[in-house]
Amino acid sequence: MAVRKGIESSLAIAEAAAACNVDCIAAYPITPQTHIVEHLSELVNDGVLDAEFIPVESEHSAMSCCCGTAAAGARTFTATSSQGLALMHEIMFIAANLRLPIVMTVANRALSAPINIWNDHSDVMTERDCGWLQIFGENGQESTDLVPICHKIAEDKRVLLPIMLNFDGFIVSHVVEPIEMLTREEIATFLPDYEPQQRLDVDNPITMGPVGMPEVYTEAKMAHEAAVRNAYGPICEILEEFGQKFGRTYKPVETYKTEDADIVFVMMGAASETCMSWVDKVREQGKKVGIVRFRLWRPLPVEAFKEAVQGKKVLGIIDRHFSPGGAGGPVAQEVKYTLYGEKDAPKAVEVVAGLGGRDIDFDTFDKIFDRCQKVLDGGEVPPFELIQARGGHYGKI
Amino acid sequence: MTEIKSHPVDGLLRTDRMPHIWCPGCGVGTSVNCFTRAIEKLEMDLDKLHVVSGIGCTGRVAGYINVDSFHTTHGRALAFATGLSLSRPDSKVVVYSGDGDIAAIGGNHLIHAARRNVDMTVICVNNYTYGMTGGQVTPTTPDKALASTTPFGNFEHTFNIPNLVAASGGTYVARWTVFHVRQLTRAMVSALKHPGFSFIEVLSPCPTLYMRRNKLGAAVNLMEYFKESAVIENGADTRTVALNEGKTVLGEFVNVRLPTLRESYEERMKEALGEKFVPYEGSK
Repeated sequence: MAVRKGIESSLAIAEAAAACNVDCIAAYPITPQTHIVEHLSELVNDGVLDAEFIPVESEHSAMSCCCGTAAAGARTFTATSSQGLALMHEIMFIAANLRLPIVMTVANRALSAPINIWNDHSDVMTERDCGWLQIFGENGQESTDLVPICHKIAEDKRVLLPIMLNFDGFIVSHVVEPIEMLTREEIATFLPDYEPQQRLDVDNPITMGPVGMPEVYTEAKMAHEAAVRNAYGPICEILEEFGQKFGRTYKPVETYKTEDADIVFVMMGAASETCMSWVDKVREQGKKVGIVRFRLWRPLPVEAFKEAVQGKKVLGIIDRHFSPGGAGGPVAQEVKYTLYGEKDAPKAVEVVAGLGGRDIDFDTFDKIFDRCQKVLDGGEVPPFELIQARGGHYGKI
Repeated sequence: MTEIKSHPVDGLLRTDRMPHIWCPGCGVGTSVNCFTRAIEKLEMDLDKLHVVSGIGCTGRVAGYINVDSFHTTHGRALAFATGLSLSRPDSKVVVYSGDGDIAAIGGNHLIHAARRNVDMTVICVNNYTYGMTGGQVTPTTPDKALASTTPFGNFEHTFNIPNLVAASGGTYVARWTVFHVRQLTRAMVSALKHPGFSFIEVLSPCPTLYMRRNKLGAAVNLMEYFKESAVIENGADTRTVALNEGKTVLGEFVNVRLPTLRESYEERMKEALGEKFVPYEGSK
């Protein structure tokens, strides 16, 4: 029986990676991810985990090193945040297109400037197009459970893609919460030993990462697109299998009290947990509101999302990142993409909140709800808005 | 009425940002004190002095010095400073950052800025660890020393930074500690006056992470160690100045005048283009 103990989420995530028996970890310190790899280095040094721990000199080197170890056929794990992820950017595409099943946890944090160590989603959202699978954990338990799930997804022979496990920096990473820890034996029943499909091997030489001339580049991209899109089926299967084995079932799109709701909030990350408490509170006042959250972000679960918002009247979409001068926040952009041309598509109230560590609290949800309610009552859809900004800033697009 | 006395170097600091973030016993502040004294001594035009920092504990210096300052990304301070130095040839550009920033993640920029002899002064505070993120191993962590990522002791080879910079082409290279405040101030004066790439390694205690983890006592114990182990060898061959147990070689190791990047560039262009070449006067 799994043990439930009070533990900092970062340490639990590190323990989970160790329980997955990873072979190689290459990382560079960056707040708020640091505790994960620090704890892994302890586990390696204490002999608990038989792995190579490589303290490299930058994140660019960390991801490069991970590509090397994964190409050699090792189960590879790393973690980063914010500027670190941005520095990895060049190698992110390479890891994905070389189909190297690396698992990386990202404690989401704002990007500079101004320098800010606190939480938002600007780091992960700027890596949307790099071709990794991307999944979100809302709390310590989910993020811990998702570590073996991510390894299983990444290494599945129908998938073979790197996967990024996101959770909110500090809000999740530094919180001590009761977490049911799976033992190495339990995880072994779910996650088999890693057998690489192909690897660098002197006896059976292959070339990884050669030049793709215009004659083949498009086809390589098409193959990659198919790989990411087709990963959806195996991901659902693996999430289901984890649920059946350990009793906690995760879904690509999750809903909370949406059955009778006309207004539904759409978001991802830890704020959705705060929102659940807020929904409970305002439902007592008779407000029919629910939540739809993306757990899986790449591949985008288009059909599951459409189903989740079927028949809803107004969506309040909360983004923790946006594209200045562009089409607003990424979640809103992609939600609109899934609903464009749909009959009776719900109207979308788009807000950006929780930037650089500003808390998304009940007042924020109240404000968003008011805007949604006005739209439900026949009012005009307001433009995209940085809802927590002082001075009544109203970004019009 | 209580009279509020001001500190002699208050004018050079952004006192509205105090208290600073450095821990009690940290040497970064001491080095900043030396730096302000060097600026005063040189009577520098503060409108023509720029301080550039990267990320980390020492990276906060740019935010506390009351001159034009630039707090850049991790490791890239020298790259930013190279651009600044070339576009403002009438100004003095100082990079003030830590060992992790300059010698680890920014190591590539360090060797190339030194090789090109870019006109800038680099003050590298070496506290043997990444302080800001919790004391991980760096390329400057001594042999066998404990760090949060080397719980059984460091097994990697350690950088001898003065040798790295000298071998790369740095034309002024010195090392002092935050115990040697007079010598450090004098070295900063020399470095700021030096045309070309000048580099000072400043050894400094990190009592919160490095010293505590390695059971080295309080900051004062390391200051005593700096005092007792110091061997001043001006002009020493930098190959011999690696930090060893019980011996800390200090001094001005390299001080030669060679053409700076700008001077070499102008000379080459004059040769190649003759009268057609118009030297760049700097951005206005």
